[in-house]
Amino acid sequence: MRIVAEHLSYVYNPKSPFETAALKDVSLTIEEGEFFGIIGHTGSGKSTFVQHLNGLIRLPSSLRRYKKKKPKKGEIPPPETVLRVGEFDLTDKKTDFRALRKSVGMVFQYPEYQLFAETVRDDVAFGLKNFSAEKLSDEQIDAAVRAALEVVGLDYGEMKDKSPFDLSGGQKRRVAIAGVIVTRPEVLVLDEPAAGLDPLGKKEVMELLHKLHREWCKTVVVVSHDMDEISENCTKAAVFSEGSVRYVLPPKELFRHADELTALGLDVPLTAKLCTALAKRGVEIDCDFTTEDFIGKVLAYWAAHGGRKGDNA
Amino acid sequence: MKDVSFGQYYPVDSFVHRLDPRLKLLFLIAYIVAIFLASNFYGLAVCAGVLVFIVAFARIPIGKVLRAVKGVVFLVVFTAALNILFYNGETVYAEWGIISITKEGLIFSAFLALRLALLVVCSSLLTYTTTPVALTDGVESLLTPLKWIRFPVHALALVMSIALRFIPVLIDETERIKNAQKARGADFESGNLFKRIRAMVPILVPLLLSAFRRAEELGDAMEARCYTGSNQRTKYKKLRFGWRDLIAFLVGAALITGVVLMKIYLPAPY
Repeated sequence: MRIVAEHLSYVYNPKSPFETAALKDVSLTIEEGEFFGIIGHTGSGKSTFVQHLNGLIRLPSSLRRYKKKKPKKGEIPPPETVLRVGEFDLTDKKTDFRALRKSVGMVFQYPEYQLFAETVRDDVAFGLKNFSAEKLSDEQIDAAVRAALEVVGLDYGEMKDKSPFDLSGGQKRRVAIAGVIVTRPEVLVLDEPAAGLDPLGKKEVMELLHKLHREWCKTVVVVSHDMDEISENCTKAAVFSEGSVRYVLPPKELFRHADELTALGLDVPLTAKLCTALAKRGVEIDCDFTTEDFIGKVLAYWAAHGGRKGDNA
Repeated sequence: MKDVSFGQYYPVDSFVHRLDPRLKLLFLIAYIVAIFLASNFYGLAVCAGVLVFIVAFARIPIGKVLRAVKGVVFLVVFTAALNILFYNGETVYAEWGIISITKEGLIFSAFLALRLALLVVCSSLLTYTTTPVALTDGVESLLTPLKWIRFPVHALALVMSIALRFIPVLIDETERIKNAQKARGADFESGNLFKRIRAMVPILVPLLLSAFRRAEELGDAMEARCYTGSNQRTKYKKLRFGWRDLIAFLVGAALITGVVLMKIYLPAPY
């Protein structure tokens, strides 16, 4: 499913002292099959944007009406807002949001706080039961829950009858993710999936996402402000700042704009920082900013220059 | 849910916003007394007039004020309907068994509905124009006399301010959990009453857990800062009575006097 947004704007609490423009004329296309990163710090509009993707935030009615209103003569019509996810047109009121939500899975920040059921099995099955048109048999549910739990790396037999509140933090998060992917959405959107985890936990979550990207969901969209996470994992990334999109580039090219990103108040990956520091000392490393590639290139450079250590870089 | 603004502080600078919270609290009490003292439409008209003035001076948009009434529309309509049907009046318009619609019933219902509406608007004006912190300071200060009988006024004020502080937090939290469950296909808008109540479980359980978690965290944070709630605590902002408060006090006094006078000299029932 291809995601297309054009001239998308969103204002919270319009016409009140709390009014804030969260999105300003955002245009962004996410191709099918991508592992897409969305970067930006708090309040940059990234969460607002992803919540549009499965209709949790709907376009304000005035926008939806633009289509029908004919512009007067001589008046420049406002740029038409477009928001399409696959074949779903989200500017249309009659869109089947249920079907949309089935194909666009959304994992919120700290998803473990949405667990509620008595057993892990019931919690994971919640979305499954909600989305299926007819009543599923216990065997069907068991099979789907088992598959979802296994793909997130949990043992079905051991987990199914446990209370989700008795699990560890990392296990809870896995169960919560399983509860979203159990319906096999085509697009999986995750808001800060690694927030609050230790480095090992973060690594495991990112590995899980790659596995999901390979086996379950065609497109994965990850919202993050951890640049290392983006540079290591994504095929393409968009940078949000103050409600608009500044860059849409593969990380390899994006982090060449290290100075501009820093000016926007964003961090850059450690590898990019090292590249900048090395460049200042006359050592040009041309890497794609993943740790592996960076180390390889540095070692190659060192070998080529006779292992000279003089620059103490 | 995002529009749950009933009773939430509306941050603009105005004459009413700057009043001493103690005075606003006393004024509200006086106003409520006045509404219940008023035994005819003249008295209520005076009350309504004063309210219009307050709204004008508070710079709160009229839509916001009316939204406060919207929350209790059901209650108002319900009581009005009961009164219309069961009030025993003399001028009967229609009658079925014990149910009858009378002229007096209609008038009385209108009177009651107006009374309720004024009550709600006035109390929500207090929370629109007063920050929760100022409000609790006001309550604490007004309840000071109770300290003599060892009543834990300070603790009560603290409980109140924490409760007020967490209303928007919990509303946000509800919104977030609701969105998360909606993303998993939860449906809160269709089905009969029983079904809808059942649909709330996936929201209520996480919400309750998060409320407990927050309470625990807050308790820990307060203890870590050695909070004991002792009597020696000083205040960052001291409440002071100013010229504005004098004016408001006079308006309040005039209102009560006016209503009482009208009760005596215009004894027309409604």
